Amino acid sequence: MAGFFTSRLFFVSLALVIVAATLPLYVSGYVLGLLTVAFYFGVFAMAWDLLFGFAGEVNFGPTFLIGVGAYTAGILNAQFGWSVYLCIVLGALASVIAGLVLALPALRVRGPYFGLTTLVAVLMLQNFIVVFADLTGGEIGLTIPDVITINAGANYWIALGFMTISAAILYGLSQSPVGLVLQASGQDPVQAGALGFNIVKHKLAAFIVSAFFSGLSGALLVFYFGTASVGTVVDVAVGVNVIVSAVLGGRRTVLGAALGAIFLIVAGEFLRPTGELATFIVSAVALLVVLFFPGGFLGAALSREARS
Amino acid sequence: MRAFQILIDGFAISALYALGATGFTLIFGVSGVLNLSHGAIMVAAAVAAWAAASVLGVGTYAGALIGVGVALLAAFATYFAVVKPIQDSRRIPNEEREIFVLTGTLLWGIMIQELIAYFFTNNAKTVLPIVEGVVDVLGVRTPKNEIFTAIVCCLVIALLWLLVNRTRTGKAVLAASMNPRGVTLLGLELTNIYIVVWGIYGILAGIAGVLLGMFLGVSSYSVGPLTASAFSIVVLGGLGSVSGSLIAAFVVGYLETLTAYLVSPAYRTIPALLLLVFVMYIRPQGLLGRR
Repeated sequence: MAGFFTSRLFFVSLALVIVAATLPLYVSGYVLGLLTVAFYFGVFAMAWDLLFGFAGEVNFGPTFLIGVGAYTAGILNAQFGWSVYLCIVLGALASVIAGLVLALPALRVRGPYFGLTTLVAVLMLQNFIVVFADLTGGEIGLTIPDVITINAGANYWIALGFMTISAAILYGLSQSPVGLVLQASGQDPVQAGALGFNIVKHKLAAFIVSAFFSGLSGALLVFYFGTASVGTVVDVAVGVNVIVSAVLGGRRTVLGAALGAIFLIVAGEFLRPTGELATFIVSAVALLVVLFFPGGFLGAALSREARS
Repeated sequence: MRAFQILIDGFAISALYALGATGFTLIFGVSGVLNLSHGAIMVAAAVAAWAAASVLGVGTYAGALIGVGVALLAAFATYFAVVKPIQDSRRIPNEEREIFVLTGTLLWGIMIQELIAYFFTNNAKTVLPIVEGVVDVLGVRTPKNEIFTAIVCCLVIALLWLLVNRTRTGKAVLAASMNPRGVTLLGLELTNIYIVVWGIYGILAGIAGVLLGMFLGVSSYSVGPLTASAFSIVVLGGLGSVSGSLIAAFVVGYLETLTAYLVSPAYRTIPALLLLVFVMYIRPQGLLGRR
């Protein structure tokens, strides 16, 4: 861990964050808005990477955790008019409870079976939102009266600060002894258990941490958009984007996941002139990366550094 | 009266689900691949059949054949462009191959879906049915097409059963699903078996897609739900177990039809999802699955 503060990765990340922090001084509000969303997405992807890359749990439903956090915060604000910050905290807590619900099957079933359970969780949430349309706004979406701030620069700094702190915590956790035990139990639960580590406890902790950050980020995103809808925080397609981000950036790197998310959202915007082909091109690029650089962007860079 | 209607409609839908899920489970059983581009291949078949019959005007039979052909090509493309490179890659650790195949086929499916949306728009398309008209069954006015769908599905599944259990190729496929290494020791090329299986899969998915296009209509939006329904049917029945998938397809099909008729069409998928979660808790390997 101590070696990290002198490593090249640390200085590169530090330089990137400093450059990113000065962006509001010279780029347009449009770019800032785009990056704000990208940063929240980055946190989704990092939280997912903690579960998949380290705990070895194939979670097809990152949007279950995100959606529960986002909708809880949104509903509390829209129905009861509670303050934005209280709603965000409660949204994150609701997401932690959702994470525990998701962890229950994870302790019983593995691999594709668990993947399907998480997918079903998303579909159930989606159905629930549509069925209880009075409360949730249904398919049209929920309009939220309050926002954190309407200043594009301030929103951008909040998102950047939030992503940086989350990245520091998640990366630190992944490199700590807890993270190593998690990695071991993800790769071979029987052997890790035989070494005397409590796998159940570690996995539960991973689910709680992942859910906390997903829910927090989802709640913040909702108060940035001023609306919560199935299409932005719950739909399976959103979850697919989160997974693709993490795999693109390099699984098991945590930081790479955030890079992948930013790349995915910015690339999608650049390709907007190509119209309906944008998603096709992004998917094709992602597929090529999966086929030819299975380690992802950061994985490829890190292994080259390790070799030299 | 209504009971008969549920019985008939449910049977046709279940048979269609069964056909769609059989190929999916066959591939998993033999090569351990969960093909998440399944829905996209089915929709590609239906859209090709629609385009051939309605735009080019080649007739319904030729259109259906073209649809199945497109699905066959798409299945081979999936295998050679996505699945095989991942299986052969030395840079992907063994324990992570599964997630790479899932991610890869998922992206591939999105690519097919987007291409369809680009060239043929997102509008729903209904393939011209091969048989038209309505017939009275037990007092229920049933489209002949619905009966045709059910019959074709049952026939194809029966043929598949004969192929797997009664022919030499089929027996090799069966053996590969039990013990791949044993098959290679007997001098059979595993890759050839995989190609055969992907071919069978393509034909099954193609027929299911074209029939679905005639029966309910498809659009590029049906890709996700189709993959999800095949996935849940297959897991409910037990991954890799063909008979399990058949039973699960009928359970899910009838459950959905019952809900749609007795409660509300808006809730049709909910009971099946609940059942799936319930089965996963008490019997994680599915109805007929082996661990």
